[in-house]
Amino acid sequence: MFSYIIRRLCYAIPILIGVNLLTFVLFFIVNTPEDMATAHLGDKYVTEEAVQEWIAEKGYDQPLFFNGDADGLGTLTDTIFFNKSLKLFAFDFGTSDAGRSIQSDVLDRMGPSLALALPTFFIGIFVNISVALMVLMFRGSSLDRFAVVVFVTLMSISYLFYIIFGQYYMAKMSRLFPVSGFNDGIDGWRFLILPIVIGVISGIGASARWYRSLFIEVAGLDFARTARAKGVSEAGVLFRHILPNTMLPILTGVVVVIPVLFMGSLVMESFFSIPGLGSYLLDAIRAQDFAIVRAMVFLGSVLYIIGLILTDISYTWADPRVRLS
Amino acid sequence: MTVTMTEARSTAYVQTATSELTLKKQTVDKSLALSVSNLNVCLRHKPYTTILKDVSFDLKKGEVYALVGESGSGKSITSLSILRLLPDALTITRGKIALPETSLFALTEQEMGGIRGKKIAMIFQDALTALNPVQTVGAQIAETLKIHTSLSSSEIRERTVELFREVGLPDPEKRVGWYPHQMSGGQQQRVMIAMALACEPDILLADEPTTALDVTIQKQILELIKTLTVKRKLAVLLITHDMGVVRQTADRVGVMYQGEIIEQNVCEAFFADPKEAYSRQLIDSLPDMDEHRSLEKEASLLTVEDLKIHFPVRKGLFQRVHSYTKAVDGISFAIGKGETLALVGESGCGKSTTGRAILNLEKATAGNIWYNSLCVNQLTRREMLPLRKKIQVIFQNPFSSMNPRMTVGDIIEEGMVSLGLELSKEERIQRIESLLARVRLEPEHRHRYPHEFSGGQRQRIAIARALAVEPDLIICDEPTSALDVSIRAEVLDLLLELQRELQVSYLFITHDLSIIPHIAHRVAVMQGGKIVEQGLTEQVLTQPQHEYTKMLLDAVPSAH
Amino acid sequence: MDFEIGPGLFGDGFMWTILWSDALIFLLVGAISLFVASFRRNPQNMERWRQVFATRLGMATFVIIMSYVVIALVDSVHFRKALPATEEQSSEQVFYSNDVHSLLDLALGEMGERPERTYSAPFALKSWNKENLLLPDGERVRDYPELAYGGAHLASPESFVKDVAIKSLVGIGKGLAVALALIGLHAFWLRRSLSAGAGEISPLPWKSAWITFAIIMAVLGWLITLGNLYHVLGTDQAGNDTLFESLKGIRTGVLIGTLATLITMPVAISLGLAAGYFRGWIDDVVQYIYTTLISIPGLLLIAASVLLFQVWINNNPQFFEIGLEKADAKFLALCFILGITSWTTLCRLLRAETLKISQLDYVQAAHAFGVSHFQIIKRHILPNLSHIIMISFVLDFSGLVLAEAVLAYIGVGIDPAMASWGNMINMASTELSREPSIWWNLCGAFFLMFTLVLSVNLFSDLVRDAFDPKTKLETA
Repeated sequence: MFSYIIRRLCYAIPILIGVNLLTFVLFFIVNTPEDMATAHLGDKYVTEEAVQEWIAEKGYDQPLFFNGDADGLGTLTDTIFFNKSLKLFAFDFGTSDAGRSIQSDVLDRMGPSLALALPTFFIGIFVNISVALMVLMFRGSSLDRFAVVVFVTLMSISYLFYIIFGQYYMAKMSRLFPVSGFNDGIDGWRFLILPIVIGVISGIGASARWYRSLFIEVAGLDFARTARAKGVSEAGVLFRHILPNTMLPILTGVVVVIPVLFMGSLVMESFFSIPGLGSYLLDAIRAQDFAIVRAMVFLGSVLYIIGLILTDISYTWADPRVRLS
Repeated sequence: MTVTMTEARSTAYVQTATSELTLKKQTVDKSLALSVSNLNVCLRHKPYTTILKDVSFDLKKGEVYALVGESGSGKSITSLSILRLLPDALTITRGKIALPETSLFALTEQEMGGIRGKKIAMIFQDALTALNPVQTVGAQIAETLKIHTSLSSSEIRERTVELFREVGLPDPEKRVGWYPHQMSGGQQQRVMIAMALACEPDILLADEPTTALDVTIQKQILELIKTLTVKRKLAVLLITHDMGVVRQTADRVGVMYQGEIIEQNVCEAFFADPKEAYSRQLIDSLPDMDEHRSLEKEASLLTVEDLKIHFPVRKGLFQRVHSYTKAVDGISFAIGKGETLALVGESGCGKSTTGRAILNLEKATAGNIWYNSLCVNQLTRREMLPLRKKIQVIFQNPFSSMNPRMTVGDIIEEGMVSLGLELSKEERIQRIESLLARVRLEPEHRHRYPHEFSGGQRQRIAIARALAVEPDLIICDEPTSALDVSIRAEVLDLLLELQRELQVSYLFITHDLSIIPHIAHRVAVMQGGKIVEQGLTEQVLTQPQHEYTKMLLDAVPSAH
Repeated sequence: MDFEIGPGLFGDGFMWTILWSDALIFLLVGAISLFVASFRRNPQNMERWRQVFATRLGMATFVIIMSYVVIALVDSVHFRKALPATEEQSSEQVFYSNDVHSLLDLALGEMGERPERTYSAPFALKSWNKENLLLPDGERVRDYPELAYGGAHLASPESFVKDVAIKSLVGIGKGLAVALALIGLHAFWLRRSLSAGAGEISPLPWKSAWITFAIIMAVLGWLITLGNLYHVLGTDQAGNDTLFESLKGIRTGVLIGTLATLITMPVAISLGLAAGYFRGWIDDVVQYIYTTLISIPGLLLIAASVLLFQVWINNNPQFFEIGLEKADAKFLALCFILGITSWTTLCRLLRAETLKISQLDYVQAAHAFGVSHFQIIKRHILPNLSHIIMISFVLDFSGLVLAEAVLAYIGVGIDPAMASWGNMINMASTELSREPSIWWNLCGAFFLMFTLVLSVNLFSDLVRDAFDPKTKLETA
């Protein structure tokens, strides 16, 4: 087990290097710092000096890989690749184009992101599995067919529409909740309820449908029939035999997402003005602040890889047949 | 290795038990345990096809009633109807199933739950899939006991251990905490039996309980069921397609054909004088073990010298090669022109790997395979091409051995084209048609797709495909084990006939000793990657030298 | 980026213009036709398709999807009108307008060429905003001005209800007449091919297809007739007809759903096949590539790539002659980037399936016959993967259409020069919060998008049930 985790961590390094190289190529070779400067300062009425000044200010005035002007180690370290890409490995994200420290911004904004993402995620799983189990109880009946149609309808509605509609009717028309905003302490919950409810509802269609088909697949397996032949009641078959055997695919879909929850939700946070990482990133994208985007891409893939390793570990807990080696 | 040891030990236990029971056989009281009368089952939706038609039979205490028939004849549906566990697509339209005191169809679903596992228990075919993979076997048995008895948890544990001991599981205290995948197939089936017996049911339904098992283990399991039948006065419904099993185990027999029981009788009377033509066909499909093929000595075509195939096992932080799985471990044999060598052994003994190595689809770790003067295992993919015309193959599963998206004609033609047989398109079509005729199919069948044919027909297409390039040697990898018994004989006869006409040699890989006298000139018995005994068929089968050969022979169910 | 097929198939006044996305969509249609033709040859596949179409739902949803596709195709034939010659230029030389039109614009009549000043509600006769008006008698008042086009044909506002009712009947009647004519032709053709086919009965529920088709034609007839007289779904801030914009969004929606998959499918198929078939180091490399791509959060990768591409386009304006070409290039880039993120899933599926198939006996038998690697892949493996490719193509479609809306909100969506539902929904989110709310802008886009996605989802469910061996067991 221990050696397996070590090996997985070693395997993660080339992947992170790949992510790093990819972002580096995208951000510095496809588009040169000059391109970015003009994009920022506007095409017209901009002088060559202004462009150079912007580049120097952001630290993009170094060579890409190799600095012939510097001495010793400096030939490698005084380069864009080292300063902007390799330093990410030490979680040294540098400063944003607006001049703030990305690292402290990220730490500040993680809290609100989690306050929204965690409850949405776990309530969502609970609701979806419960709905799917309920539907499973009536499988083959017209209620089951009706439920499937409802699921497909729900998943055919745009995510944005849920948010727009929810905000409009729940907050604006019936004034049940504040339209948007965030508050740190305990009384912040009032701001969170609406986005959480919308987040859960918008996910029901696709997820409950997926869980249902998963359960049906397992319910058709031989051991479920064995259990019925033993005289186990239908509920007993469901909870003691079918549910534990669907843990593996459920965990595959679920565990990998947990670390990525730190990143927050781009759309939800900005709609409800929650100062989390999602809205941070969205602001960065809209302001074309590439330093932040770069840092978040890296952070995202680190979290994803952690999720993958956690998934593997959770397998051993869910299924005795899985041995990590 | 440990598995075979424990299996052997439990055999010893069962054998002492059987000798006792033969004496008691006559004294058992045979009162009625369950009666099925005029059972009709059909599809719930269009086209409402009838699956079972007026099925009637009785189960008596202390007696094994065998229901025989080929796949799709409705045997399993009958047993599932008894427990009212039919798939949703089927429905019971008429009939009655009754215990002496209650009619099962009159019960509510909840009351039925009290019958299942308590009065009527069931054993399924494939124990590995029938057991819950994420629960310990002990917990699965405890669940039955919790539902139907009021025992405390320590009593349940004791009872479980006791049951495990009764079904001959070694080291029962430890096995309780194991998961199904940690056990061998035979042990899993024993767990299934223990689970079925947990609440001391009156009736045991056994649906092909031994089909997925190797012959030696099949014998042990059947003996166990037979012993328990007598000891516990069980009424057993044994569902099987294997007449050998019936002969060995059953007291009474019912033959099922297309959803109807066409004949039922006491076992001895049935085998002595079957009434229906179909029953006779089933009995005759059991090969005659006493007739052997004679052999004219010919120069050897293929020689295998000290062949070894090892697969590396990797472990640890750096995935270093830790040890090797020795799939094939130093075997030697030779096949002459027009000769059949049977390579016999149980699953996992390395016989199929050997076949793949001869086809150069698997790399040999050491040793040589000579075809005439060519060393097969040292040829590259390109150099191997001319030899591929000479060595061909027929696979076990007729459903996976043909590309479902190609017509039969294209399938047969493929080899002729890729091996560069210099034939024009018309000549190829001509040859395809004559080959189809030779394997007793219609020439027009070349336009059809594989799924339109039955298993036996597909296997004949596979033979035609192999013959298309006029090979000298055909590797037959279990060509009949996926087929129903009556079709099995047809395919074997076809292979024999072709051998006589074309002088092809066969390497016949099989686990089924009963067909060997019929087909093979010589036999090689494999166990754990080694050949433990080889020689002329008659010699090996009548005077086996090695213990393992004796054990295999002993386990063969026979109709005689 | 466009290439022009000389002036004048239909006279001197036109120049055909082929955008890259037009070329690709017609290429896709060709590819799908070929695929269908090869699929038809196998009776097993025909049986499965029959299973899909044997349900009323399958027929109805297919007709709806096909109507969207046809509208998208009609909207993909572009041309530029010639400008009237001015006095200075020689009579030989013709200049073309920078506005690109499509056949759909022609079919919709004048719907797209009747801009108002700003917002107006559906069927409104007056603008939604008050303006300073100069009355004929010289007095200045602040009131809602009459619309320039919406209902301009009415003699007086009182005849509005009567006019709408009559014109509705006319429009619906026209639509139904066309529909009935086509259905009649089809029924006639069906009967003839049936009697030719030796009395073989066709169990396909054509009736539901016909009903769906008639409804669609009636709605279209109604919309086109009324849409040329009123603003059926109102106008947006710039005064453009919302119905027209929503209908133009169909092309974008259909294209994004299909092209994104099409562009990257060759990569996914070849890499997935190579990894699963050859294994060894090729497998390691392919797995490394897709794990790396998967590990970057999808939305982020898309956003970053689109942003960078936008910078590139803005810095290289010399490649694009007209505005729509720039928008088209951006659109294709978006498709490509979207494809890259969904590429990995298909590649993984194909790799796993190839691993499984290459262990099957018939592939082993092909090896034993000395069939070359290329032939084995072409004859034995690829045809047996085709159902996975098809299922994923259909399943991805709706996801991609929905994703476009989210991308529009983030600000990395489709160029505003191209009509798209995402942009319309995005705009609507702020318009809803105005007092009183402007709801009609959301409506058209939402309804069209919802119908398309729902039809595709229902249809893809049926396709999966018919083709996926796993679900086969469930229904049997």
